[in-house]
Amino acid sequence: MTEAIAATARWQSCAIVAVATRTPAIKSFFLRLSEPFDYTAGQHVDVRLTAPNGYTAMRSYSIASTPSDSKVIELAIERLPDGEVSSFFHDVAQAGDTIELRGPLGGHFLWPGPSNKPVLLIGAGSGVVPLMAMIRYRKASGEPVPVALLLSSRTWGDVLFRDELLELERSLSDLVLALALTREPAMRRTDFSGRIDDRMVADVAGRLPVPPGCAFVCGSNAFVDIAADAALALGLEAGAIKTERYGA
Amino acid sequence: MVTRGFTGRQYGSEPSDRIPPGQHLVDNFPVLTAGPTPRIEPADWTFTLKVGPRPVKAWSWSEFNALPRTKMTRDIHCVTSWSKLNTAWEGVAVDDILADACLGAPTPFALAHCYDGYSTNVPLADLAMGKAMVALKYEGQPLPRDHGGPARLLVPHLYFWKSAKWVNGLQFTERDEAGFWELRGYHMYGDPWNEQRYTND
Repeated sequence: MTEAIAATARWQSCAIVAVATRTPAIKSFFLRLSEPFDYTAGQHVDVRLTAPNGYTAMRSYSIASTPSDSKVIELAIERLPDGEVSSFFHDVAQAGDTIELRGPLGGHFLWPGPSNKPVLLIGAGSGVVPLMAMIRYRKASGEPVPVALLLSSRTWGDVLFRDELLELERSLSDLVLALALTREPAMRRTDFSGRIDDRMVADVAGRLPVPPGCAFVCGSNAFVDIAADAALALGLEAGAIKTERYGA
Repeated sequence: MVTRGFTGRQYGSEPSDRIPPGQHLVDNFPVLTAGPTPRIEPADWTFTLKVGPRPVKAWSWSEFNALPRTKMTRDIHCVTSWSKLNTAWEGVAVDDILADACLGAPTPFALAHCYDGYSTNVPLADLAMGKAMVALKYEGQPLPRDHGGPARLLVPHLYFWKSAKWVNGLQFTERDEAGFWELRGYHMYGDPWNEQRYTND
């Protein structure tokens, strides 16, 4: 793991080949790697911006694309209040621009690899990005691993990758999808309205053929604390629950 | 390489000589944890000092709280690129833990161990001489659970993953043995001023 990361974590220049508006607050940026690397679903890259006076700003972004894709990776970036890097991406960056990144990074929040134990994914907002990489990988690899995703978003329009997730739910028989909308009524019988709690997590995990062997949770710190405790309440060992958090 | 159209935040009067390269200031205190947040009651808490596999001394919560107290106000730097200035901590200096166990300089390296199975390696030279403590309070209050309460290691001059949360022991080792993140691609030492983020930085 260490050697694989060390060998590939050099800074490289990448061209933005396309930009897609995903939700009112989130855009996807498709970047062509000049030095292509292999990566595992769940990993991230560091992005570096440099001002004319030499000032640099660095941020980490999870990779949304599946590792089996081409030399192009997808980053889905949410506009944050006063975010000096996210506002650059939303207001300035366009196809044809070049930015610097290094990766793949992160050796913990990783798709577990061949296993027949179901995987439980719980995300909020843009926290679905590394989970989406896992679902896309699950689809592309054909690994017979049942997956459940419980995704919290403010509204139906804020559900990142919504249409693709709905399509994957139809095409993958062992994908369970449940959307939790915090500011709107549920749109579908299998969805929820309100903030994630123990009951919701238990309900979604219960739709898997057998209990999950591990869980991945990504979102704000407050969200992750609730979701990780709910995963513990299912009987998962703490070591089988991997989390990524942002915010205080 | 200059990024087209990027000018960056203007820091104005802020002390840029206190912000390491690639870092940006935050006012809040972000939480990063690789798993569920542990619940450790002080009544169940113990701290164990080991040299190699051998336990040398263990303290209960009340015994540990009776050790001499140290206060530090320091800037802290997270490898995910945020820095926070003037954070105020209170706890027990590693020097005082060693003194209470009648240990001088047992070995050149140490691993901090934690209730959640986390570990991280720090050289003795970065723990001793007043450089590090086991922190029990943040900004005058008991350390919040999200930030490692009841106790965390504080090694403020290294990237903050070295300041292990929910710490329950220090193990002195002959060699520099990689901890949790160091085994997963992060730098063995982690000096923010030299941007030692990942293994070969």
